[in-house]
Amino acid sequence: MEIRDMTALELGEKIRARELGSIEVVRNYLDAIREEGETASAYITVSEEKALAQAKRVQERIDRGEQLSPLAGVPVAVKDNICTKEMRTTAASRMLDGFLPPYDATVIERLKAAGAVILGKTNLDEFAMGGSTETSYYGTARNPWDFDRVPGGSSGGSAAAVAAKLAPYALGSDTGGSIRQPCAFCNLTGIKPTYGSVSRYGLMAYASSLDQIGTMGRDIKDCAASLALISGYDPLDSTSVMKEPFDFSGIYAGYGGAQGLSAGASAGSSGSLSGIKIGLPKNYFETGISADVKEAVLGAAKTFEMLGAAVEEFEIPAIDYAVPAYYIIACAEASSNLSRYDGIKYGFRSEQARDLSEIFYRSRSEGFGREVKRRIMLGSFVLSSGYFDAYYKKALQVRGLIKSSFDEAFSKYDMILGPVSPTTAYPIGGQIEDPLAMYMADIYTVSINLSGLPAAALPCGFDRQGMPVGMQLIGRAFSEAALIGAAQVYQDNTDYHTKFPESRIGENKGKRPEENVRSRKGGQDQ
Amino acid sequence: MKITDELIDYIGELSRLELSPEEKERAQKDLTDILNYMDKLNELDTTGMGELTHPFDEANRFRDDGNLNGDRREEMLRNAPAAKGDYFKVFKTVE
Repeated sequence: MEIRDMTALELGEKIRARELGSIEVVRNYLDAIREEGETASAYITVSEEKALAQAKRVQERIDRGEQLSPLAGVPVAVKDNICTKEMRTTAASRMLDGFLPPYDATVIERLKAAGAVILGKTNLDEFAMGGSTETSYYGTARNPWDFDRVPGGSSGGSAAAVAAKLAPYALGSDTGGSIRQPCAFCNLTGIKPTYGSVSRYGLMAYASSLDQIGTMGRDIKDCAASLALISGYDPLDSTSVMKEPFDFSGIYAGYGGAQGLSAGASAGSSGSLSGIKIGLPKNYFETGISADVKEAVLGAAKTFEMLGAAVEEFEIPAIDYAVPAYYIIACAEASSNLSRYDGIKYGFRSEQARDLSEIFYRSRSEGFGREVKRRIMLGSFVLSSGYFDAYYKKALQVRGLIKSSFDEAFSKYDMILGPVSPTTAYPIGGQIEDPLAMYMADIYTVSINLSGLPAAALPCGFDRQGMPVGMQLIGRAFSEAALIGAAQVYQDNTDYHTKFPESRIGENKGKRPEENVRSRKGGQDQ
Repeated sequence: MKITDELIDYIGELSRLELSPEEKERAQKDLTDILNYMDKLNELDTTGMGELTHPFDEANRFRDDGNLNGDRREEMLRNAPAAKGDYFKVFKTVE
């Protein structure tokens, strides 16, 4: 099997068994990115020198017999809003073009300690604000299933990289669906973990009470193995709540460094889902959902039933209010978080500025793109005196209602099954001029962030155009092991996740819009 | 909710954003549309309900106050748009 056709765990196993070397694997990916990468615009920065140096160090440790992790020596792509020491981190914004973080995010520190090798930084919507990667300063990333369509967002570059086999797995971040929706659009598996289970230290803040880092990969095992590495308590994140890292070793038992079964993963090891109750919110399927998505997700529900789960329809109340509540809260937090970009200590400073106040105004006006400005303005407005109660306070109350709806559902069900997005990936340029339509497409994902719950996105079919459809399995807080176990049983019995787009590199030549050139110019190793 | 000319100027000021006449017009339209949609929340009676600022009730956690940072002046200043010697450089703010 070719290196690029293997899952991350398979690569890790071969590296551990000395059948492959980390340098060889990393070089293989770097070559592919150099030759094919631009067509998907998946990466903003490719870190060739650092990746090879890191691979060399990891290989030396493996050669000394050190047991690092099941993913030691395996390369990874990292969303470009996660700080990497001395490696350019831009959040896909002109504001941070050329920013060199003086430290590693906690998740990066943990990945490095586990022997992961960072290939580079992936494209995203500017400051993770968007669902299509079209708001990136470095140009729109492409969906490897159809280069004229969006890969989703905001972690669209991470999804494009994994789907195009330009990385075995990737880190993303999810504030309102930014891991799950691009996974659904690109036929990948992804986990948005419980709020507080993965440290946010070093993640460029968009909406702090909603942001969470998670993993995106070719199957649930890879996602589980990488999530275990980055999870656990971090004193540097005051909202870090989970004492011990996740232990999903039962799921990928047999791969290097994973011995024994953990109790939580028993669903996966038994190969059946009997005893598991899955709720299917029927009001998710009533309006605004494409017929193909509906059919595929309901088909998945049937599969879960065949695998032994008890699937029952129910109604989840208040869900129509999730999108407005989410955008009020997310924008409010964004307006506060992004006030740090003032053109003084780091980031872009306008050359037009003639006094201190103009440094603030002009740097921000020239440094931020349209969607980021829109959300800052919306956030400043809903927090302003006179409107605070009517919008922000109201949204927080509705957030409580939505969380209660889920609490109640989880008193009856172990998991909830639903779609990720009402449609499959749409054409580039198709929605970007209508912000409200973009926001409303987040209907199935944002309530999970408002409630802090974990959810796994899983491939479950294709639409009539051959574009992938994703579903999500939502669980109780900190029930990742059960979710992953159920997902594992599903993937053991289906083959949607094993499908990859045909190589379409040749036919994509000349399809790149002009603005994408920027990522080439700026994408040098720093 | 209608975003008037005065209100958009005020929002621009709160956001520290300078808006061109075209940007202003566009923002007025977009924000008005979005806020009208958000007014949907008023269909719900939330009188007396608590506000959920975080997914979990857990209070802020504090760690021991210790000096965790070394001297990283050089790394910090390297990202500054303008620096002089060991300092960030800005315009004179007092006469």
